Amino acid sequence: MKVIYTDVLVIGGGLAGLRMAIGARRRGHDAIILSLVPPKRSHSAAAQGGMQASLGNVVKGQGDNEDVHFEDTVKGSDWGADQQVVRMFVNTAPKAVRELAAWGVPWSRVRQGDREVIINGQKVTITERGEAHGLVAQRDFGGTKKWRTCYVSDGTGHAMLFAVGDQAIAQGIPVHERKEAIALIHDGSRCYGAVVRDLITGELTAYVAKATAIATGGAGRVYRVTTNAVICEGIGAALALETGVAALGNMEAVQFHPTGIFPAGILVTEGCRGDGGLLRDADGHRFMPDYEPEKKELASRDVVSRRMEEHIRAGHAATSRFGQHLWLDITLLGRKHIEHNLREVKEICHYFLGVDPAEQWIPVRPAQHYTMGGIRTNHTGQSPTLRGLFAAGEAACWDMHGFNRLGGNSVAETVVAGMIVGEFIADFCESAKGDLDIPTALIREAVEAERARLDVLLHGGGTERADAIKIEMQQTMTDKVGIFRTGTDLEEAVHRLQGLLVRSRNIGLRHKVDGPNPELVTAYRTQKMLKVALCMTTGALARTESRGAHFREDFPARNDAAWLRRTLAMWRDPGDTLPCLTYEPLDVMGMELPPGWRGYGAKNYVDHPDTPRRAAEVAGVREQMKDADRHAVQAAVMPYEHLLPERFRGRNERIDEKLP
Amino acid sequence: MTEPAPTAAAPRKLRFHVLRHDPRDPDSVPHVEQFELEEAAGMTLFIALNEIREQLDSSLAFDFVCRAGICGSCGMVVNGRPGLACRTLTKDLPTDISLAPLPAFELIADLSVNTGKWMRGMSERLETWVHSLEQDPDLRRIEAKMDPDLADRIYELDRCIECGCCVAACGTARMREDFVGAVGLNKIARFALDPRDQRTDADFYELVGNDDGVFGCMTLLGCHDVCPKSLPLQTQIAFLRRKMARTGLG
Repeated sequence: MKVIYTDVLVIGGGLAGLRMAIGARRRGHDAIILSLVPPKRSHSAAAQGGMQASLGNVVKGQGDNEDVHFEDTVKGSDWGADQQVVRMFVNTAPKAVRELAAWGVPWSRVRQGDREVIINGQKVTITERGEAHGLVAQRDFGGTKKWRTCYVSDGTGHAMLFAVGDQAIAQGIPVHERKEAIALIHDGSRCYGAVVRDLITGELTAYVAKATAIATGGAGRVYRVTTNAVICEGIGAALALETGVAALGNMEAVQFHPTGIFPAGILVTEGCRGDGGLLRDADGHRFMPDYEPEKKELASRDVVSRRMEEHIRAGHAATSRFGQHLWLDITLLGRKHIEHNLREVKEICHYFLGVDPAEQWIPVRPAQHYTMGGIRTNHTGQSPTLRGLFAAGEAACWDMHGFNRLGGNSVAETVVAGMIVGEFIADFCESAKGDLDIPTALIREAVEAERARLDVLLHGGGTERADAIKIEMQQTMTDKVGIFRTGTDLEEAVHRLQGLLVRSRNIGLRHKVDGPNPELVTAYRTQKMLKVALCMTTGALARTESRGAHFREDFPARNDAAWLRRTLAMWRDPGDTLPCLTYEPLDVMGMELPPGWRGYGAKNYVDHPDTPRRAAEVAGVREQMKDADRHAVQAAVMPYEHLLPERFRGRNERIDEKLP
Repeated sequence: MTEPAPTAAAPRKLRFHVLRHDPRDPDSVPHVEQFELEEAAGMTLFIALNEIREQLDSSLAFDFVCRAGICGSCGMVVNGRPGLACRTLTKDLPTDISLAPLPAFELIADLSVNTGKWMRGMSERLETWVHSLEQDPDLRRIEAKMDPDLADRIYELDRCIECGCCVAACGTARMREDFVGAVGLNKIARFALDPRDQRTDADFYELVGNDDGVFGCMTLLGCHDVCPKSLPLQTQIAFLRRKMARTGLG
């Protein structure tokens, strides 16, 4: 049996994983990254529009700062987020952009003087400041008060991933490509690494590490229609779940992006609307202002997606041979803008639709896009129940997005969480808690158990087809666990998924080879994906309220009194067919921003009993300190800076906020 | 703006001729296997290959990740020409479609090749990262300024997705195992353009001033023709060759 020892095992080679490994390496710890694919092919590359950081360089971003970014993010989350974590994030995001700038990301830059932009369908001339010339530029995105999204044309994720990927190479961090973790090694309280399958040879190897960090991204592929890459199957979350010890948080919180191209579901960036693009119906009517007079096309994604589906239900959809859809119109931005700032969009429209978006409208319909839930961690990125297991990025629920993530906050989270959690992993490795004392029997048993599971699939004589079960699961999720949810649909979905899970235990293969065998991979992943899908569905069924992206037609109000709490799903026994749900309350009395109306979407919520008291308390502090600077007020309301690694503390300089 | 109803013509029967081999299986011999599929509206090679795998042969190996033309995983030779399979529509191809793995890379199986290993090796050799004397910039401070046009020009070269099509289409790469390819030369051009990288032309000459570098290029420029991102490879290679020749002579 082959065993590889290292300090830090990072599972997943996207931005979060790479940045964590770099952080640990710079502190002197050895790290190995496992990746299903070459890291530069990770789904991070698909982030087009940009990353939010309150630099406030452009004139439409003037006055932006951490406070505004914080408020936008918490409102976007529909108060589901951990507000201290949001604070840690917004304070680190500008540092992340600046670090990436130093590492070579060719951020689009501010050009001084007049420029013509489209705002609310109108041409407007704005004038950029001379002192901002050459600094990192920002564009508008949904659910934000200021123009805050830093970008590299519309290839932001690509440029970031290549810069960070190359930094990992510069640091000499080995990436073991085409290797898949299929189980965590643990003893019920301490994680020791993972059993890893070589996707080329089929060989199993035990990777043993002081710290194991999961950064495998989202679980979009449990749905039939998704913007996600084919490798985003929620396997990292499933690995944690299958320990029976670590929990998944808020798995019912699933985001649907308004502009998946129809019918393929490939994403076109929110930057299209941020830069002035409009949504139109079959009659060419711009319908969003009818529903959302305030933010229009630039309300948060959950709200825009719901309004689009509502409009389709009201009979205003365009139809093609594939079904019903709406239109995204960016023709008004002009060819020059599209070919300069939205070139990936142009390519995607050209190749997949045969459409020139400078001349024609783009057929769109909301598609599954983001998994807000994930492996529950504390603010350091560590599982509170399984020591030595860390998670970051979309795979984690640490929890800065609550029930809806803002556009531009995901690719930002990958690098920010990577920076922060990377430091905490290094701390862990240097502390007594990180000491490694593992019985070799535990390693051997873990590998043997996985070998046995694979042998059953290969030679157990099962009769079920893996791909058929997978497709049925995906169709069930898309049909029953989508944008509009009801108790009846969700019950049916739980029932169907349970049936599929039972059937998946009897999968047999036609191709019985243990080397590069795609059918075997589908088989063991489908078994894991079903568990993740069941966490989403049972969580959605139990949550009898509507919050962020989780919308129950039979319970349309947000109910803070009953549901201001985070769902935790655990899989107690491998033989179970349902997860076990428990709840973790969010403390209103500790919130900097007590719950209220988001400023867009339906104004329909039931207050938590503590809300008026906390609101009065916060207002009192603000009144008392009305002459103090904003940092002092913030620290008095909800201190958080002590939670950050020392390396990333400190204020962020802006043109209008000079540091001494 | 509703799409016209589809015409009633019967869908085409597509014939895929796929080059197959598992180099780890001692009994495997490279051979072409034929699969037939009915064409569907909007069908890409991504959709077609997955359908073949689901319905006809569960062992067929190939690579896709983003299936949106941005990650570079699915480079393969389609009717003799390297390209990204995910964004190739079958309607643009004849009824007979031949698929082969990209040459010049280690074969994993069937249409799957190890571009990752090749690209990592190239990156290590050419040190494809910003070499800056300032290791730890103060992240609290305003970032260094950069001319907006220069940032755009760097991004233009930064758009490479390392798909490997340029290497597969390169005459030199077929003869010289260690040739860095257009992908490598483009990266050198990208870092040479970036003022944050403090390497000099002499430093770059050490990396690509030989026959495995810019002087190995025979200017056949297959790379330029097949690049899925339409990178200006012809100009960049010419520019780099002149610059390196000058540096070498200087």
